[in-house]
Amino acid sequence: MEFVVFLIAGAIVVGGAIGVLAFANPVHAALSLVATLFGVAVLFVAQNAQFLAAVQVIVYAGAIVVLFLFVIMLLGVDRSDDLRVEPIVGQRPLALLAGVGVLAASLVAVLSAGGSTATRTVRSTAVAIPTEEPDVTSLGRLLFTDHVLALEITAILLTVAVVGAVVLARRPGRDEPSVEADVEAEA
Amino acid sequence: MSLLASLAAQAAQPVTPVTSVLVETPSVDWWGLLPLILLAAPAMVLLHASSLLRRVFRGFYATASVGIAGTAAAFAIVQWFRVTDLDGGRGPYTTVASAYTVDGYSVFITVVLCVAVIVSSLVADGYLRREGLDGAETYALLLLSASGGVVMASANDLIVLFLGLEVLSIPVYVLAASHLRRSASQEAGFKYFILGAFASAFFLYGIALVYGATGSTNLGTIRQTLQDDPFVDGGALLLAGAAFLLVGFGFKVAAVPFHAWTPDVYQGAPSPVVSYMASGVKAAGFAGLVRVFDVTLAGQVRDWQPIVVGLAVLTLLGGSVLAVAQTDVKRMLAYSSISHAGFLLVGVAVASPEGAAAVLFYLAAYGLMIGGTFAVVTAVAGPGEQATGIDAFRGLGRRQPMLALGFTVLLFAQTGVPLTSGFFAKFGVIKAAVDGGWYWLAAVAMLSAVVGAFVYLRLVVAMFMVEDIDPHHGDGDVVAATPAPVAMPAALTLALAATVVATLVVGFLPGLLTDLAGDAVPVVLATLP
Amino acid sequence: MWLNQFLILGALLFCIGVYGVLARRNGVMVLMSIELILNSVNINLVAFGAFNGTPVGQVFALFVIAVAAAEVGVGLAIVLLIYRNRTSIDLDAADLLKG
Repeated sequence: MEFVVFLIAGAIVVGGAIGVLAFANPVHAALSLVATLFGVAVLFVAQNAQFLAAVQVIVYAGAIVVLFLFVIMLLGVDRSDDLRVEPIVGQRPLALLAGVGVLAASLVAVLSAGGSTATRTVRSTAVAIPTEEPDVTSLGRLLFTDHVLALEITAILLTVAVVGAVVLARRPGRDEPSVEADVEAEA
Repeated sequence: MSLLASLAAQAAQPVTPVTSVLVETPSVDWWGLLPLILLAAPAMVLLHASSLLRRVFRGFYATASVGIAGTAAAFAIVQWFRVTDLDGGRGPYTTVASAYTVDGYSVFITVVLCVAVIVSSLVADGYLRREGLDGAETYALLLLSASGGVVMASANDLIVLFLGLEVLSIPVYVLAASHLRRSASQEAGFKYFILGAFASAFFLYGIALVYGATGSTNLGTIRQTLQDDPFVDGGALLLAGAAFLLVGFGFKVAAVPFHAWTPDVYQGAPSPVVSYMASGVKAAGFAGLVRVFDVTLAGQVRDWQPIVVGLAVLTLLGGSVLAVAQTDVKRMLAYSSISHAGFLLVGVAVASPEGAAAVLFYLAAYGLMIGGTFAVVTAVAGPGEQATGIDAFRGLGRRQPMLALGFTVLLFAQTGVPLTSGFFAKFGVIKAAVDGGWYWLAAVAMLSAVVGAFVYLRLVVAMFMVEDIDPHHGDGDVVAATPAPVAMPAALTLALAATVVATLVVGFLPGLLTDLAGDAVPVVLATLP
Repeated sequence: MWLNQFLILGALLFCIGVYGVLARRNGVMVLMSIELILNSVNINLVAFGAFNGTPVGQVFALFVIAVAAAEVGVGLAIVLLIYRNRTSIDLDAADLLKG
């Protein structure tokens, strides 16, 4: 049963990811990304990570993808990327080579290591997380004990991101002319 | 969904009343965290102040930024006496559930970062006013970025290290793109952002694999696990993880072959920001690199050393050879900063306390000289940073001898001429390599220094030996009418003078800094349990 | 095989993401590919955490999601900024700077 869930969710994840690569239309790619994110959320539930699954759906599929769609719509949907045009000679084959190379490296690592770990305790997830307290409680406990520093730094990180986005979104003062315009005018 | 249902079910159960659970939060050594807090919190106060204060005197924000970074550095220096073994200090320790290390090494890097912020702020003051971008944001972002660097240098946990890396990087992406009227700046920011985010993703994947192999992200625990059982189940997993971490670091410190972003970003981004990139970001990147590889994975040195040595050789040669072909000074300095990263990688690759000390010395010395160098570039490039070609420096020695002289000192320091700090920086790294038995690596480093010297000499020659373009000759009519003198704002002059003096003082009395760097290093090696 | 299947899926997703970053030239699409990589990291983290019997992996995944949100926010802000000055977000059109 678990394996069937994994197969279905995994297929959605990979299918969605390939869709992100293959769709020429950015909106389709973004929707395809949603499929991947949902598939990942299902996998989280399958591993008893319900809270994380909720965060995944709300933050990722909700906030982040909506932000993507917002920007795509703002920039114009028709501005799609023509897949048939080779952007730089040899770029796609090079990317394919890099992708396959990385895949081979990580598969070798995972299989050689995971094979031995997997035999150590087969199917450890079944007994993995103590069920006497809900996972939100244990997550909260960890966040405020062992990982409280990381939590605080995340706070700084989000502040930085907000400040950065505001700095970039600000329009340059209207009374000051563009520097480049000046130079072009001189030239 | 099922989750909502289960939440609702929990809420509906009156049988188990919610009892408050007492959670023991870890003890926090606030003294140890003080430099970090003193960088991050006042930066946010500065932002608020900028929106509340109607009128401030010219240069207020730069002054505040210098003051904040100076205060943080002062408290870091107080820390130094507590964590080094002088006079019965308590020695290095970890705090906040052993996620944060306070040791001589982290304190040293903290001071280097603060100095980088101070120099960049001084340079930025005039720059921002010239470009009509004055405001508190640049300084706040610089300070926040430095706080991320401090976290990186002090992290004792891979997740904390990663978050520090992000806090370090994201403000710099923004700063690189922050010239709102130069599309080159925005494109530089975007390139930097895409490649930086890509590198972060690699880094994270590496963390995940290392976590899988060792069952922990705490550097001390990882080291202990690997000592107890060098052939952990996940040997291959660990190595793959380390390789991905190295890729992430490689992007950050601009090692060949992960350097492709550097020239474009250096050329496009505002010069004061580039100054911080070359001094601050590089220092933080190497701080993390040394702590993860030289300390935590010290037992696996045979596995990662060949790769780091390979990176070092490629970076040394690639950086200096490509620098020769450049005609734009900012691109040239970008490639030369790559070759400097090669020297630093040599220090990392030899995996010895001497190597780590040499890296610290190099970071401090290089941070100062590159800060001064970009101060000059900022001034000479003029409004909109249009004049960054080598021609802009032609005849500078005749027009503004003091400026040219200061610039020459900084260029000589980067070349590695004796009696400048750069000489001892390169000497320290090469000596560490020779001591470690890496003779050929030391030879490659020296070769790179020789090739690199050509680049700097070309600039010096342009300043002093080349005649001004004859106004009656060729097509130079417009350009050649004696160029306007380079405007030197007071703050920028101060930054330049301070870096030149520091470069010379360290060059004459290297013992000052070598002792400090030497003190910082054994500490890092003994820190982890 | 309970752990391995997740790791293999993670590796697969990671590589699709890497290919996407390198092959797609549209800035927004490159950002999406980076999201794919971050998701592969999350799959790995949660799987390793579950395997080790602690929710620590989930805590890490939370941090990764926060980082992803921060990155996307800043990244899209830069995209919009560029778009405001030019009308293309094609990476190759960034030709002011010769690569």
